[in-house]
Amino acid sequence: MTETIAVEARNAIKAFGQGDVAVRALDDVSVQIRKGEFFTLLGPSGCGKTTLLRLIAGFETPTSGSILLDGKDITSDPPNRRPVNTVFQSYALFPHLTVAQNVSFGLQMQGRPKAEVTATTDRMLALVRLEAMAGRKTSQLSGGQQQRVALARALAPQPKVLLLDEPLSALDLKLRKEMQTELKRLQTETGITFIFVTHDQEEALTMSDRIGVMSAGKILQIGGPRDIYTRPANRFVASFIGETNFLPGTLRDGRVILASGGSIEVAATLRNAGNVTVAVRPEQVRIVPATEPDALPATITDLVYFGTDTHCHMALADGSEVVARLQSSVSGEAGLERGGRVGLRFAPGAAQVLGE
Amino acid sequence: MSMSAGEEAAKRRRVRDGWLLSAPALLLLTLAAAGPLLVVLVYSFLTPGQYGGVVWEFSTDAWVGILFTRDIFTETMQLADAHLAIFWRSVRLSLLTTLITFAVGFPTAWFIATRPPKARALWLFLITIPFWTNLLIRTFAINEVIRNEGILNSVLMAAGIIATPIQILYTDTAVLIGMAYVYLPLMVLPLFAAIDRFDMRLLEAGYDLYANRWQVLRRIVLPIVKPGIVAGSILVFVPSLGAYVTPRVLGGGKQMMIGNFIELQFGQGRNWPLGASLSMLLLLIVLAALLVYVRAAGKGGAHGQ
Ligand SMILES: Nc1ncnc2c1ncn2[C@@H]1O[C@H](COP(=O)(O)OP(=O)(O)OP(=O)(O)O)[C@@H](O)[C@H]1O
Ligand SMILES: [Mg+2]
Repeated sequence: MTETIAVEARNAIKAFGQGDVAVRALDDVSVQIRKGEFFTLLGPSGCGKTTLLRLIAGFETPTSGSILLDGKDITSDPPNRRPVNTVFQSYALFPHLTVAQNVSFGLQMQGRPKAEVTATTDRMLALVRLEAMAGRKTSQLSGGQQQRVALARALAPQPKVLLLDEPLSALDLKLRKEMQTELKRLQTETGITFIFVTHDQEEALTMSDRIGVMSAGKILQIGGPRDIYTRPANRFVASFIGETNFLPGTLRDGRVILASGGSIEVAATLRNAGNVTVAVRPEQVRIVPATEPDALPATITDLVYFGTDTHCHMALADGSEVVARLQSSVSGEAGLERGGRVGLRFAPGAAQVLGE
Repeated sequence: MSMSAGEEAAKRRRVRDGWLLSAPALLLLTLAAAGPLLVVLVYSFLTPGQYGGVVWEFSTDAWVGILFTRDIFTETMQLADAHLAIFWRSVRLSLLTTLITFAVGFPTAWFIATRPPKARALWLFLITIPFWTNLLIRTFAINEVIRNEGILNSVLMAAGIIATPIQILYTDTAVLIGMAYVYLPLMVLPLFAAIDRFDMRLLEAGYDLYANRWQVLRRIVLPIVKPGIVAGSILVFVPSLGAYVTPRVLGGGKQMMIGNFIELQFGQGRNWPLGASLSMLLLLIVLAALLVYVRAAGKGGAHGQ
């Protein structure tokens, strides 16, 4: 099945510095990225996302481990011999060249025939809708336009893999949304494998085929957006992506006995693991009358209105906090008020038991 | 937009006051800068005095004399080969000096610009040290290194590499070494300033787009730091062309450059008008060189294709 894998990192370790001050930017990372997929590396600042991209691009060599492209070991190939292009966070457009010259740079360096260079450049400019700007200097463009030049420049040589390091982080919200759609369109149209870096979880969820969640130099979980969101592998992933309620308890015979009293049913397949944490997304929390049997008793501490939905903060018997997200209704949340006593239920299958 | 008569009058008054207020400074500048130049220009159209100085008698001999000499016996004009040789040597040595300082200065400036900020300040300081030493002393130091019994030859002979001293002193090579040494900082500093402003991330962008090291240097680095190259070249070429001390000390009497030749006219030559016309010629060459450079710099960006 190797032919469906575009890029692979095998036990990649990257350490910066020596001895005591050594930092492991990547700590034994293994990941397989499939051909033609939109793969996102998601993680907080400093977790090693850029470092992994730089290993793939060839700007850094791993301290140990290897990088494979189409099943071939390219660990020691210099960047200019890798059919991989990068869209830099800073764009890194050549200031002395025009938009068209920027886009054709890679093609010229590859020694493509002149006619092909011109044709491909025109096609790329059309793809990112910058035909009208072809003759301009890049400094005369807006942020979004520069972004698109950077994209066209990296796509023009038709790389096997396109690396994008937080390409949208410098744009304002509206432009960002536009470019997200645009990126997705370009990826579908070109069929090129995209490896996209972001620390914006919403961006990751909406755009990706698969996501690799990173923390402190490790990839914690790889999976589709729905997978990652509904079945987080551990507490870090659950808290980094979306909002989550964490409830401590003990697992026994398919039920978790919560520290706050009461219990909830979970998948019966789980082993009795002693102390566990139950993760429940706020939108999976149902508020029921306090009188309902089996519901967890809670007291409303706060109601926060967000427009489309309202967050209801509640305290359980032991004081731990639970947030429920309710769709706002026009007339206000009937029967809910600060200090009110209610009962809680979780949607079936919504409670996720985490090991640590 | 139209202005009322009052506004226009006020504006005119402001302009007039501006001129009046800056008049003393302008006058001083004109006298200090243009004045001496004017004197030189006027002298170049006068007749040489018997014992130096000038006689107030109009003549174009000094200008003709730049290129031609009058044969005393046949009274015919002949091309002044010696003069031409001196001009040619001056331009050639100055261009070579510019080239050498660039070849040495570019890697040096690159090295400094890529050091951490603290080390950078130290390196820049070291580069500028020779600046604070008297030119004559620096030149004699070079003399000490390259003369036949000097350090270089002694070491080479002691090492058995050469049997007899190499004659470097009093050759064009000596003048070149001296000028390159003296003017190197003038090349390094503007290059450093340009490279310091260069965004090193563009190097990675270049490699990423399949350029090799040489292509990255030629297609990305050099075009972008071009203003620094132009500035450094001007700063080296212009004073090289008029150099006086270095060719005098290291080139001896024979390897004259324009500067020495001009001095000769005001001294032993006792031909002040010729000295004046030569000075004007030097100025013209410098201006022409500046014009070429400025135009090259103006085209800077369009270099890419
Ligand atoms: N050249 C380097 N020298 C020393 N340490 C480095 C170097 N590059 C990265 N690091 C360290 O490696 C770790 C990972 O850095 P990296 O740039 O990969 O993080 P990141 O996930 O891209 O973060 P961000 O979201 O802020 O861009 C950080 O602790 C960083 O300080
Ligand atoms: Mg980064």
